[in-house]
Amino acid sequence: MSIIYILWLRQLKRYVRSRARIFASLAQPLLFLFAMGFGFGPTYARAGNGNYIEFLAPGIVAMAILFTAMFSGIEILWDRQFGFLKEMLVAPVPRIYIVLGRTLGGATVAVIQGLIVFTVCTIAGFRIQNYALIPVAAAFMFLIAMLFTAIGTIVGSLIEDMQAFPLIMNFLVMPMFFFSGAIFPVGNLTGLLHVILRLNPLTYGVDGLRGALSHGFAFGMAPDLLLLGIAAFSLLAIGTYFFSRIQV
Amino acid sequence: MTSDKIIVVKNLVKTFKDFRAVDDISFDVQGGSIFGFLGPNGAGKTTTIKMLTTTLPPTSGTILLDGNDPQKAPLVARRSFGIVFQDPSLDGDMTARENMKLHAVMYGVPHAEHPARIEAALKFVGLWDRRESFAKTFSGGMKRRLEIARALLHTPRILFLDEPTLGLDPQTRNHIWEYIQTLVRERNMTVFFTTHYMDEADRVADEIAIIDGGRIITRGSPAALKQNAGAASLEEAFISLTGHAIRDEQASAKDRMRVMGRLWGKT
Repeated sequence: MSIIYILWLRQLKRYVRSRARIFASLAQPLLFLFAMGFGFGPTYARAGNGNYIEFLAPGIVAMAILFTAMFSGIEILWDRQFGFLKEMLVAPVPRIYIVLGRTLGGATVAVIQGLIVFTVCTIAGFRIQNYALIPVAAAFMFLIAMLFTAIGTIVGSLIEDMQAFPLIMNFLVMPMFFFSGAIFPVGNLTGLLHVILRLNPLTYGVDGLRGALSHGFAFGMAPDLLLLGIAAFSLLAIGTYFFSRIQV
Repeated sequence: MTSDKIIVVKNLVKTFKDFRAVDDISFDVQGGSIFGFLGPNGAGKTTTIKMLTTTLPPTSGTILLDGNDPQKAPLVARRSFGIVFQDPSLDGDMTARENMKLHAVMYGVPHAEHPARIEAALKFVGLWDRRESFAKTFSGGMKRRLEIARALLHTPRILFLDEPTLGLDPQTRNHIWEYIQTLVRERNMTVFFTTHYMDEADRVADEIAIIDGGRIITRGSPAALKQNAGAASLEEAFISLTGHAIRDEQASAKDRMRVMGRLWGKT
């Protein structure tokens, strides 16, 4: 337990100490919020769908969480470069504790980042519809964070340097974000796009978050929680497996 | 019979595809001694250290560290040694004290003993006054001293040092060897080290093994090695045994990461 705690604390301290990173990783979701939210807002309203900011905000919160979480997972690469990874790997500790501590820490950091973006969304005009569902929203935020920290852990365990990083961002993370319903409604989609969306675990995270915060669930709260939870814990298990195979 | 042999290696082999990096080596290290493991670049030193310290599984052969097999019981074996790696292994964004604390927790040092042990270890290497400074602000020598202090926290019986004095000035090198010799004297620790500085090996090692091409080509006290090679210095003996050719090593992924890290402003 104390091992998981100290590694969790390490992630938090590193986050608090890198203020530049906090601001840098807030810039992208806020850019999306303002450019798309206010840019598409009038068109969206004219199509009879109501307030676009209200629709978009949960997607943007999910975005902030997923990028922060992904980076936390991929911090394994920095630990590898600066050598601290070796210190962790020769410690007399089952690797699953290390993965759990790092993942919980990375997920906590990502949720904090999501809450900051959520606060900004509120300032931009977003209103929570049902305060009773806030714990549900928190659960979805945490599961999205776990999911992407786990993906980051897998990627960070498999690649050895940053050269493959743009590939991962462009062919894995960005598509997962765009094909999740974060920026457009999923209800009326058909064909290939619909299939892709239904295969993307983030879809259920975004739907759950949106359901809890504003617009109601497209797939239902229980299916969202279940599918996202299964995806998060499966990927965490895969991440643990790959992390335990790292050799330095 | 083997109770005084703290490290026992038998027929150790490591192959990477068709390359035999470590080719059937056997040796043992006497408890409470300083053992120097020398060899040219690419001879198999680091591969051997990695196998001894459980980070690389051997292709075949057996290892016993203080009676434990790192293959069968890696967690027990890891408790028995401390290691200072060839490259830095500190978390630069943590203070010296936080780096020590992380280590103490990961090695299961009882919580009540943390403050006293951390203080003693940091004082031992003269870094107590800098305990609240971030590790990234330390000079190369200070980082090394911190790593040595950290490796001592869980009172291991064996200390592995992979080129502990690489890139340090002579003053710091002397200091570091003084700490290490004190440890061997006062705590009966066993030290297994590699170095390219032959004068250091000559001065501090009780016994030396020279590895080349994955095989141990000679073993003995520094005096015996010099005598057998008919050489005045250990360096002369080393060169006469391993030849004059310069060995090449491939740039690793880590070297490329360094470049990327600089581009990202992470240094």
